[in-house]
Amino acid sequence: MKIAFTAAGKDWDAMIDPRFGRTEYIVIYDDSSDELSVIDNSAVKNEAHGAGTATSQKIFELSPDILITGNGPGDNAAKALEKMNMKIFVGAQDLTLKQALEAYRKGSLKEC
Amino acid sequence: MKEIVVISGKGGTGKTSLTASFGIMGAKDVVLADCDVDAADMHLLMQPDFEVAEDFYSGEVAYINQSNCTSCGLCQDVCRFDAISLHNEQYVISPLDCEGCGYCARVCPTETIINNDLLVGQLFVSNVKTGGQMVHARLGIGADNSGKLVAKVKDEAKVLALKNKKDYILVDGSPGVGCPVVSSLSGASFVVLVTEPSVSGLHDLKRVYELVKKFNIKAGCIINKADVNSDKQAEIKRFLMDEGIEHLIDLPYDENFTKAMTLGQTIVEYENQNLTSLLEQTWEKIKQLTNQNNREK
Amino acid sequence: MTNQQTFKIAIASGKGGTGKTTLSTNLAALIAEREEVVLVDLDVEEPNSGLFFNGTLVHEEDNHNMTPNWDESLCTLCGLCQEVCNFNAIIQLGTSILVYPKLCHSCYACSELCPVNALPMEPTQIGKLRDYKLGKLHYVESRLNIGEEQAVSSIAKTKKYVAEKYPNVSLAIFDSPPGTSCPVMEATKDADYVILVTEPTPFGFHDLKLAIETMHELKKSFGVVINRYGIGNDEVINYCKAEGIDILAKIPNSRQIAELYSEGHLIYPSFPEVKTALSNILEHCLSIKEGERI
Repeated sequence: MKIAFTAAGKDWDAMIDPRFGRTEYIVIYDDSSDELSVIDNSAVKNEAHGAGTATSQKIFELSPDILITGNGPGDNAAKALEKMNMKIFVGAQDLTLKQALEAYRKGSLKEC
Repeated sequence: MKEIVVISGKGGTGKTSLTASFGIMGAKDVVLADCDVDAADMHLLMQPDFEVAEDFYSGEVAYINQSNCTSCGLCQDVCRFDAISLHNEQYVISPLDCEGCGYCARVCPTETIINNDLLVGQLFVSNVKTGGQMVHARLGIGADNSGKLVAKVKDEAKVLALKNKKDYILVDGSPGVGCPVVSSLSGASFVVLVTEPSVSGLHDLKRVYELVKKFNIKAGCIINKADVNSDKQAEIKRFLMDEGIEHLIDLPYDENFTKAMTLGQTIVEYENQNLTSLLEQTWEKIKQLTNQNNREK
Repeated sequence: MTNQQTFKIAIASGKGGTGKTTLSTNLAALIAEREEVVLVDLDVEEPNSGLFFNGTLVHEEDNHNMTPNWDESLCTLCGLCQEVCNFNAIIQLGTSILVYPKLCHSCYACSELCPVNALPMEPTQIGKLRDYKLGKLHYVESRLNIGEEQAVSSIAKTKKYVAEKYPNVSLAIFDSPPGTSCPVMEATKDADYVILVTEPTPFGFHDLKLAIETMHELKKSFGVVINRYGIGNDEVINYCKAEGIDILAKIPNSRQIAELYSEGHLIYPSFPEVKTALSNILEHCLSIKEGERI
């Protein structure tokens, strides 16, 4: 199973980036190999408009099973994410990736 | 570090005056971020030193390099914004009309059109009289605020807050309900809605709250000039109740706000009585709700 | 171009909430006491002028933007559309193409460059134009649907509607959106005269200077109306004097005016001094109008 995080940094101790579209990084955790991979999202962050749709497109290509983020995607992003077979959990701002994963496993993150 | 965002939907509700007052009370613990870049006024009350200034680019603008241009006119044919015209047998692009879609550059057979990054304004980082710091921007004429500019102002503030271990970023949010206000809200820990009891105040409050709701951010509301219209005030309170929005405070219509502003001050520096104590209570409440918001998770 | 007869007055301001709508509605209502006038609300995100009139709806139509519409049966999924769009308004997700009309700037690049014509441009409804009548007052507004952001085309269309529908009205008043960005420029660019509304406060003064810069950029002739006169300071007045800018009127600061506004009522019927101020503004505009004819 692949879990995607919107992240402000590149490792387990990095904070969740509360933003979806303009997140600094997308970090993917693959629990079968127990490995992290990092995608730099700075190009999208610098789009004047439509960051949400551009980030959604990236997420689509990564095809995670789960997305863990902060405030949650805006309208535009939500419309794209709907097309994917993926569960989205929000409310993980102020947590590190590690804490966010634990929170998800305990079922304390809200599904949207 | 928590991010508190103040928005209002409608102009003229006192949003900036109130944000600046909270900035004064938060003093050194707060980094201020002015994302109301269409009318960035908060610095007028903050004595900024403009320590760092940098140009800000957002979007693109097309430019024709005349030396390779064969004057085929294809660029003008495809442009939907009437931005390209023929002057003395040369095609030129009016930067004010160019939408930055890049279509002309894509079809130009000699690849003589380039898309330059569009300079839209300047970004400033200042030390201010609170002892803290402030980030604000100034747009050029005809330039549009964008999600990117708002994100950049907030990012700069975040970097400062992390570096100097500040507790709060206090954001004067963008007006309206479009992309900039979405970007203002994105990443917020708590939202302060400022409204006034008028037909348009309530109308705009409802519109902007739709966005707040979408992002699952906890919100509180200040009714400014509350005594101007008691029917509308009651109507706003009902709306807050129905939506589960914390009613933070009712503030009276008071010309001391303006008198303070005229002296380059916020109300909490100008008077030492009623309004100041109301605002002190409000600021404490905002901080409490912002932090409580997190423990709930 | 538009007709020669109608004199177009745009009412604008840098800062929001200075009293643009108050001035537009009261001025239009006063003129309508003696002759036909059109009041046009171009603040399409938030047209509030209508709250002050209880007119009869005489006409209603949809406003549109042209946006691409994906034809799945023709599409080869080449991905060119996504590549050419500078606004992230069209993305490819596997075997489907998603179009975001709200992000689309109607540049037609994706549609016209599509090798198999799988993205024909079609009108998307983005709001409504409404035309009301109350005595000699015609009130026209365009209102964007919530969440729509592309204001400029609706502003342009509303101006065109007014020019075609009311070619013989001698005065038209355009209530502009706040700020100094594209929609403001679109709203004021073909006005014959612009009135900038401000407050005598540091915020008002700061934003007035930005608005004046915009008017210089557009090479517009303009004057200033000071609202809530009596609060604040003399900065605005001194600045206008030094720069040779006409101050058309000073509308007094009054709690009672704020109360009338909050209820959606007109001001001048209860305030003779406001009525005098409006008459002075009108006279000034008419003198400019006559000046242009000569």
